[in-house]
Amino acid sequence: MDKLSVNHLLGIKSLSKSDINLIFKTASHFKEVINRPIKKVPTLRDITIANLFFENSTRTKISFELAEKRLGADIINFTSSSSSVKKGESLIDTVNNILAMKVDMIVLRHPNPGSSFLLSQHTDSCIVNAGDGSHEHPTQALLDSFSLYENLEDLKGKNILIVGDILHSRVALSNIYVLNLLGANVKLSCPLSLLPKDIEKLNLSVETDIVKALKWCDAVNVLRVQRERMIKSYFPNDREYSMLFGLDINKLNKIKKDILILHPGPINRGVEITSDIVDSNNSIILDQVENGVAIRMAIIYLLASKMNFSINQ
Amino acid sequence: MSNKILLDSKKIEIILSRLVYQLIENHKNFENTVLLGLQPRGVFLINKILEIFKRDHSKLKIKSGILDYTFFRDDFRRSEKTLSASSSKIDFSIENKNVVLVDDVLFTGRSIKAAMSSIDTYGRPKSIELLVLIDRRFKREIPIQANYCGAKIDTFKGDRVKVVWGDKLKDNVIYIES
Repeated sequence: MDKLSVNHLLGIKSLSKSDINLIFKTASHFKEVINRPIKKVPTLRDITIANLFFENSTRTKISFELAEKRLGADIINFTSSSSSVKKGESLIDTVNNILAMKVDMIVLRHPNPGSSFLLSQHTDSCIVNAGDGSHEHPTQALLDSFSLYENLEDLKGKNILIVGDILHSRVALSNIYVLNLLGANVKLSCPLSLLPKDIEKLNLSVETDIVKALKWCDAVNVLRVQRERMIKSYFPNDREYSMLFGLDINKLNKIKKDILILHPGPINRGVEITSDIVDSNNSIILDQVENGVAIRMAIIYLLASKMNFSINQ
Repeated sequence: MSNKILLDSKKIEIILSRLVYQLIENHKNFENTVLLGLQPRGVFLINKILEIFKRDHSKLKIKSGILDYTFFRDDFRRSEKTLSASSSKIDFSIENKNVVLVDDVLFTGRSIKAAMSSIDTYGRPKSIELLVLIDRRFKREIPIQANYCGAKIDTFKGDRVKVVWGDKLKDNVIYIES
C-alpha cells in the first residue's frame, strides 16, 4: 500500500495496520532527513498549514511547527487566548475564516472530544488532530509506538505497560488502539479511580500491583496525572500516588531486568517518575521527542500527497 | 509488446570496465571523490561498479553512498499515487567533495535535477558529475547531460528501457520494451 486510507488524521481508530506501517516507513526516511546538516526539504512549498491551538501545548506545538517548516510548508499559528474566540466566535466560523485565506491543512488541538471530527464534517480542509480533550492524541501514540518499534522491532507479542492517569489521558486511548493494531499485549496500571469504565473491552488487562506489572512488560509508558482535567479528587495526595504508582529505582530494582521507559511529557518529576529514571540509559524519552518531528512530517507528507495539485489555467 | 535486447552481459561488462577507467582518469586516487547511487535503480549500478573497482583496482579506496531524492521531486501531488521514498545512506560529509551521481538510465533529466538539489542538504560539493549506463537522448525535458555514459540510444515515446541485474556480472541484460 502506497497511500493512506484516510484523508484526515482524526484518531488512530480510523487507521489500518498498513496505514501505520506506511507512516513508520515514511517517518524513518524523514528521521534521516532531520539528521542531515541541512534539515529541510521543499516538498510542501505550495502548502499552507494553520496550527490552531485552543489548549496549552509546548512540545506538540513546537514539534508540529518544526515538522511543517522542515517540509517547506508555510505556516500560521493561532492560539485561542489571543483571538476572536474570546469575542464569542464559534470553532467552525473561526476555521472557515482561516480557510478563506487559502489554507490547505489544519492542525487542531482542542479541549472538546470529537472537535477534529466535527471540523472535518464542516470544512473542506484536511484536518490533523493534535489532541481533542481526553479522546485521542494520534500523533503522540504514533511517535510512542514508532519509538518502541525502533527499539523492539516487531511489536507483535511484545508486552507494553501503560501506567498513570488513564481516565483523563488521550495519549492512553490512542496508544491502546495503536498497540492493539500492531499486535502488542497491553496492560494498564493505575488507581482504579483513574480507570475509565469498560476499558477492559479494548483487549487489555489491568494490574494494580505495579511491580508485578513491571515484571511482565518489555516497555512502560508513564503518563502524567492530569490535574487540570480533574473535577474531583481521585487519590489522597501526590505522595501516596508516587509511592504506589510512581516509577522509581526501588521498584525497577525489584524486577531484575531492563525495560524501556517512555513518557509523553510534560513530566512531573517526583510524582509519576523520579529524575534518576527519566535520565537513565533505559529511558527513550528524548528519542520520543526526536521521533515526534519525524512522525509528524510523515503524517503531513502523506496527507498532503492526497490533496491533488490544481492550477487554474 | 516486444522486447529487443540492447546490450547483453558481455557488452555491459565491457562498458562498466570502460566507465571505471574513465572515472580513474578523472579522479586518480579518489581521495576527494565520492560516488552516490541514486535510489532505486542506481543502487544496483553502483554496486556493480564497486564490484569492478574491488576486482580490478583493489588498491583504490572508494567512498560511496546511496541517495534518495523523493522529497525533492517536482511532481509531488501531480498524480493519485503518493511518492514513496527509499532510504538514503551517506555516512560522510559532502562538503567540498567531488560527487559522482550514478544512475542506470538518463531520460527526462528531472530525477537528476531533484538529486542535485537533494545533495545540498548534505553540504556544498566542490563539483557534481553524472554517470549513467544508458542515455535516452532526445528525450530530455531539462538541460542535463551525463559526464560518463555507457551507451546512447534513440527511443520512441512509450518505449521502456529495462536494465536487469543478475547476481553475477554475466547475468546482466538491458532491453527495450515497445
